[in-house]
Amino acid sequence: MGELRLMKGNEVIAEAAIRCGCDGYFGYPITPQSEVMETLMNRRPWDETGMVVLQAESEVASINMVYGAAGAGKKVMTSSSSPGISLMAEGISYLAGAELPCLIVNVQRGGPGLGTIQPSQADYFQATKGGGHGDYRLIVLAPASVQEMNDFVDLSFELAFKYRNPVMILSDGAIGQMMEKVELADYKPRWTDEEVKEVSGSWAAIGKSPDREQNIITSLELASDKMEQNNIRFQAKYQKIQENEVRFEAIDCDDADYILVAFGSSARVCQKTIQLARAKGHKVGLLRPITLFPFPTEEIKRLAGRVKGFLSVEMNAGQMVEDVRLAVNGKVPVEYYGRMGGIIPSPDEVEKALEQKLIGE
Amino acid sequence: MTEEIIIAGFGGQGVLSMGKILAYSGVMQDQEVTWFPSYGPEMRGGTANVSVIISDERISSPILHEFDTAIILNQQSLDKFEEQVKPGGVLLYDPNGIVHPPTRKDINIYKVEGARLAAEMGNPKTFNMIVMGAYLKVKPIFGMEKVKKGLEKSLPERHHKLIPLNLEAIEVGQKNMETVHTV
Repeated sequence: MGELRLMKGNEVIAEAAIRCGCDGYFGYPITPQSEVMETLMNRRPWDETGMVVLQAESEVASINMVYGAAGAGKKVMTSSSSPGISLMAEGISYLAGAELPCLIVNVQRGGPGLGTIQPSQADYFQATKGGGHGDYRLIVLAPASVQEMNDFVDLSFELAFKYRNPVMILSDGAIGQMMEKVELADYKPRWTDEEVKEVSGSWAAIGKSPDREQNIITSLELASDKMEQNNIRFQAKYQKIQENEVRFEAIDCDDADYILVAFGSSARVCQKTIQLARAKGHKVGLLRPITLFPFPTEEIKRLAGRVKGFLSVEMNAGQMVEDVRLAVNGKVPVEYYGRMGGIIPSPDEVEKALEQKLIGE
Repeated sequence: MTEEIIIAGFGGQGVLSMGKILAYSGVMQDQEVTWFPSYGPEMRGGTANVSVIISDERISSPILHEFDTAIILNQQSLDKFEEQVKPGGVLLYDPNGIVHPPTRKDINIYKVEGARLAAEMGNPKTFNMIVMGAYLKVKPIFGMEKVKKGLEKSLPERHHKLIPLNLEAIEVGQKNMETVHTV
């Protein structure tokens, strides 16, 4: 068993990055995620593993440093919160277009605009449907505990390199600021130059050897026929991700008449809601998407053949509910309940909403 | 066993660190814990609160709107959280600065003169451990050896010389807990 600690979600992101052999972190502070860089700076991993930690002059600079280092086949990351991720959107689109592996952590706060520093899930659309321009997808992981903040860092890098695609951990201020018990992973050494060559030598800019063509990192292709081919290749990759990488947790769904669908902090609230509902005799389950892209469409479709309705519970104005509706495709009612602006719904109010919107009918 | 606690007072009173020591004591006896602070523009003199859940089982929602125990250290927090104690639950408060004491009849109410006792100990920083001691008298959810381990884990090593003083403060709190009203 790994080392047990009581840590904040944000601190764990930093610790997990060091331990999984991350080569570099580039970021710019913003509440409620500043503890990520703060922890890294206190830990001084450059002395221990050689990991670079750099406070850039802005989010725009951070994401372009990620682009540069990722282009050299390095395991690199950034983190920010909602307004900062908006600033990074152009760079994220370029990373997707140049097919560069990297990790971007969004510890969401309420918007739009400068909004509030309190927790929110209002960046679901931004994370799963683009955010930047062009037809691209990020792999999006939604941790619901401090332990998952730890586990998903290493998993993100694994997926990023497997598919040569940026991965986002979509967390929020509640998971970032909360302390829970966490079992830390053992240290993995950073990749040596030889290992980088082995993993990414076919595409990364690591120095040209005489026996091959140049590796060029770019998202630019002025010839439309070639650009269309690039897009077709990206779409095939996203299709493969949808086929292979769907992750979700189903709690008490087997005998359920009604299903709550919720991710991250909302899913924690809903775990309590299903206890309350079951105490009243209602058979309610929780489907928690762990990957938001790829979305667990097939599982929801399967459940829709059997249950009486779904309630999508979100800390936003109703974003994921659109994906639930697409999956259910009109078979049974799909309702939404949520709070906005940094308010976290209580388990009671979700239970009341469930009764009013679905069970009461 | 699941114990859901809110600790609320002024920033600088040691609210967050009391929560952290309780949470770490839970970790020391293999329990599940969450520690969720109010975060943001809080600072010394402003209000601060933290909810701590200690449980034998996997913890569902870390965000709560009613509590088994409220540990209350100023009037604003009493006004806000008295009504959020579950019927039959516990409210422990320091009467220092409280103008309108709690009025509910369906909960158990206790008090501890934390601020005064800390002054008598000659170190105002022992305040939060005195209050925690009173809480552990009301609800002995951990043995003292677990609390000692919790202190060792949550205090940076350079502060470990203060552990005996903290343990002494906890004892003072345990001895000076007063029952106001029980259901």
